[in-house]
Amino acid sequence: MASSKAKVWAMWIAMTIFAATYLGYAMAGKHQALYLPGATTDGHYQIELKCEQCHGGGFEGGAALQKACVRCHGDELAAVEDSHPRKKFTDPRNAERVSKLDATLCVTCHSEHRPRHTRAMGVTLADDFCVFCHADIEEDRKSHKDFGFEGCAAAGCHNFHDNEALYEDFLVKHGGDPDLLESPRVPARDFGEFNRRVHPDQAIPLLAAASDAPSSAAERKIVDDWAKSAHADGGINCSGCHSKTETDRTWVGKPGLDVCARCHEAEQTGFRAGKHGMRLAAELEPMSPVLARLPMKADVKDQPMGCETCHGGHRYDTARAAVDACLGCHDDDHSREYKKSPHFELPAEAAVTCATCHLPRLAHKQDGERRVLVQHNQNFNLRPNEKMIRTVCMNCHGLRFAIDALADPALIANNFRGKPSKHVGSIDMAIARELSGEKDKDRKERRNEEGS
Amino acid sequence: MKNKAVLMGAVLSVGSVGAILGGCSETTAKSGGLNPQSVADSIHAVLESDRTVYTKFVVNRLVKEEKVIKASEHWKDDKALPLPAQMFRMGAEAVAEKNAGFSYSLLSLWPINKQNEPKTEAEKSGLKFIAENPGQNFYTEEELGGKKYYTAVYPDMAIAPACVECHNDHKDTPKSDFKIGDVMGGVVIRLPMS
Repeated sequence: MASSKAKVWAMWIAMTIFAATYLGYAMAGKHQALYLPGATTDGHYQIELKCEQCHGGGFEGGAALQKACVRCHGDELAAVEDSHPRKKFTDPRNAERVSKLDATLCVTCHSEHRPRHTRAMGVTLADDFCVFCHADIEEDRKSHKDFGFEGCAAAGCHNFHDNEALYEDFLVKHGGDPDLLESPRVPARDFGEFNRRVHPDQAIPLLAAASDAPSSAAERKIVDDWAKSAHADGGINCSGCHSKTETDRTWVGKPGLDVCARCHEAEQTGFRAGKHGMRLAAELEPMSPVLARLPMKADVKDQPMGCETCHGGHRYDTARAAVDACLGCHDDDHSREYKKSPHFELPAEAAVTCATCHLPRLAHKQDGERRVLVQHNQNFNLRPNEKMIRTVCMNCHGLRFAIDALADPALIANNFRGKPSKHVGSIDMAIARELSGEKDKDRKERRNEEGS
Repeated sequence: MKNKAVLMGAVLSVGSVGAILGGCSETTAKSGGLNPQSVADSIHAVLESDRTVYTKFVVNRLVKEEKVIKASEHWKDDKALPLPAQMFRMGAEAVAEKNAGFSYSLLSLWPINKQNEPKTEAEKSGLKFIAENPGQNFYTEEELGGKKYYTAVYPDMAIAPACVECHNDHKDTPKSDFKIGDVMGGVVIRLPMS
């Protein structure tokens, strides 16, 4: 009897030790997924096993979460003049609102690990959340009388954060622009020009013969590729990249991403903020197509993402990086339709490539100057897609056409072959309100009286 | 004591509140103590003076007198000067981001943006009082979100032609007959009470 009791105890202790050891190993090793309380959103799944990225080192609670959200998303929100910034809701006069919907915390609307409740843009609230504060909107906007609150953001009229292309006066100002502008134009990059201006003594074009690579590394093909690149054109010799540091010129056979960042820091910051580079930013193995949730080509499934994946070593061909590199991996409808789209058919000098829209050329402040650089965060203007309107579409298209096109999922899927079949009424409403002139009429009458 | 230190810091400079907090308790002790009304009055004096300077010597001078630049609600898009009320609100939001220990806002019974109409009981009675009693301020206490506040409401006057014209002509204004010298709204300052 006593011995069987001892056996049970021994077994119990052994099982406890085994379980504790396994769970401990899981936490520290490759089985962290065991602790995931639910699948994460498309935005975070790549880094979901780096728990501390969001939760802090010792699961520090809500404050650490908020800090983590702001660390990755704060600058982006500030740059688009967030319509509902935290600072508006910390005012005590909004205490009652905050008690209904705590807009001081990102996780109130974007709760993670809840796949069944997760909607577009990682929102985990019901679509009609605007009603909490804007229930009386029809007092101000009679046109909104019969609208349901589930449509405020879904209909292409409003966003919670970024309304830069959707605010009323903007709709009125650009509502009359034609579908295709008279002089459509993609902004020109000015990296080379900037480099030549800042380093006039160094930015002198180099020919293949000027290569400073050691003979063991100077393969003909590699040197020829380099000689045709913007690097050679801008006076960047082989040792410019193949050296340990900017001062220690010891030859390095395979330079890492940090070397690119010596000159392309802004580009790399963008890259590491988006889906292509966020795993590197979290100190994980690089992203590769096999890890993607979007359809990808199987033959490149293990291709790791770095600068050279798209740009190619030595040649740094930006034309390849702008289309063929993308289509080398991406295999969804929108990507497959690109080469049948009107954007692809444009002549080379006016090309609208994958990168034109998804890695847009944007004004960027650096060293006190405004420069046009390529935003390498492909997510920067992707969701909600109205973020593309000002960053991309309006370079060539009118606002009305852009809003309608982006609200038409079928048109997006066939890569904009055809005209939008959807129509968003926001511009019509804004213009009608502007023209209704009731206030103008009052004002004119008043002025006439004053004048007489 | 700590609360007083916070408030004193706020008085000395709205912009550099955080820097001052650390070293001001001695000053407070020597000052013989401050009541919340004098703290609020002092904060208001800074806010009002700064905005008056911006309104008269930046916006009104460059826009109306020299006519060299525009002031616009959409100042970024229009490459223009922020309107004085926007400059004031940006300051209030910057203070909110600093967790400076107090808050302020610019409200009106005739707001262009409906979010800036009075919401709490203190705001409603305060704005009504200052509109009906020109030249007087309104002081009260209120409880919001389970916390007590000392709330002061100060009249906000039309001090320059730009104020009046912009408000009267704005398509969203509920009132189109403001004149210089009118009370257009109120500045609400809230100090947390321990």
